[in-house]
Amino acid sequence: MSDLSTLKYTAEHEWLLIDGDTATVGITDYAADKLGDVVYVDLPAVGSDVEAGKVVGEIESTKSVGELFAPVLGTVLEINDAVVDAPDLVNSSPFDDGWLIRITLSGDLPALLSRDEYVALTAE
Amino acid sequence: MTDSTVPPAPEAEEPRYSPLHDVHVEAGASFTDFAGWQMPVRYSSDLQEHHAVRQAAGLFDLSHMAEIAVVGPDAGVFLDQALAGTLSTIAVGRAKYSLLLADQGGILDDLVVYRLDDHDFLVVANAGNRQVAFDTLATRAHGFDVTVDDESDDTALIALQGPEAEGVLDELTTQDRLAPDAPLSTLRYYRVLRGTFDDVPVLIARTGYTGEDGFELYLDTETAPTLWRAIAEAGAPRGVVPAGLASRDTLRLEAGMPLYGHELGVETRAAQAGLGRVVDLTKESFAGRENALPEEGARVLVGLTLDGRRAARAGYAVVDPAGAVVGEVTSGALSPTLGHPVAMAYVDPALAAVGTGLGVDVRGTTIPATVVALPFYKRS
Repeated sequence: MSDLSTLKYTAEHEWLLIDGDTATVGITDYAADKLGDVVYVDLPAVGSDVEAGKVVGEIESTKSVGELFAPVLGTVLEINDAVVDAPDLVNSSPFDDGWLIRITLSGDLPALLSRDEYVALTAE
Repeated sequence: MTDSTVPPAPEAEEPRYSPLHDVHVEAGASFTDFAGWQMPVRYSSDLQEHHAVRQAAGLFDLSHMAEIAVVGPDAGVFLDQALAGTLSTIAVGRAKYSLLLADQGGILDDLVVYRLDDHDFLVVANAGNRQVAFDTLATRAHGFDVTVDDESDDTALIALQGPEAEGVLDELTTQDRLAPDAPLSTLRYYRVLRGTFDDVPVLIARTGYTGEDGFELYLDTETAPTLWRAIAEAGAPRGVVPAGLASRDTLRLEAGMPLYGHELGVETRAAQAGLGRVVDLTKESFAGRENALPEEGARVLVGLTLDGRRAARAGYAVVDPAGAVVGEVTSGALSPTLGHPVAMAYVDPALAAVGTGLGVDVRGTTIPATVVALPFYKRS
């Protein structure tokens, strides 16, 4: 399990692991739990440009459809083929094997949430 | 990530809780609002619960459903007048699926009617239609020697669905806790018998809504948690798990069973939904009879299978090969049992034949779909 305190978060329930100019992006355990069993993910093409706040993919569960937003400006470096083949990784390992895309960052990072801020946001 | 298909919770009145609520909390359930009730949507995983029902059995809390007692010398003839089917001629101990039609012919509710005695019927209606069903029946009862009582608040309903269901209940009879008035193995599908659980009266019906063999047990709200725990305990070694409304929806969809508010509604005529057989037009009169038939050319309910893995969802447009909108999806999911997307949809009757190639507009992309016979899944 990744050290969740080192991750950044968005209010749309994505997490980001930022390493130099690369951001690995997934959705949080909270979001995966709310969605239920994920049965299909649609991810952007490698090499495509993405913009913070724009829809780049979909995450479908048995019951509903969630949109995946790009949390940052950049270019898709890699997508997680394993999760395309086995979407349940989003549920079983949201912060590790269930990561979704890697983005090469362009420009400055937008404002992101710390772990504490995200936990406070999702406290029920 | 945001969730784009789950509607926001309505401005709810005080939520209602099942008599089994504490049991569900202990079991780690997630809850959802359903017709004003906080009901378990899942305990662990929708898919695990779905597969457990197909392979072993699932334990469902359906205490939110409405139980309406119809009792009196005229009970049978009253129901013949109030409902679309003929109930007066079914034998004691039988159940029948029926429809409550509006005077204008549309469907106010779909319900199951149990004949418990010559003059004693139990009508089970959908939770969301409880008031409409009760009010309509009570109004239509004028002039009949019958009483119509809403017993929903005093009645719990537990369903055990799946191939292990009979074995699990047999175990409770072996423990002398569940005492049906006849062996469960002799209780055939759509039949009901009386019994006791820990000396408390219970109705045991071989009915359900999952496409599996199974039972529905009606008893008082106070004893319900004890029965639930007893079934859960006896069932655990056989793979029985508690199952929530999410799995119930994929199970009933695979079984091609219509859901009120999706496939059925007050604008729907029964024959459109494939329920023409439920409407007994040989009866000279019953409420809604004059308007029970659909207009010519009205869309009809079909089953669709889709290519790929993206599910069609309720409200999505069905299109013909030229891209013209010819229908609308009412329910859809990636079928957990079959492994491909299935959907029910209303389509123009000219395109309703099995094998017809259509498409579904899944958020801007047309996914190829084929009309197939319902149900999608039938137990072997």
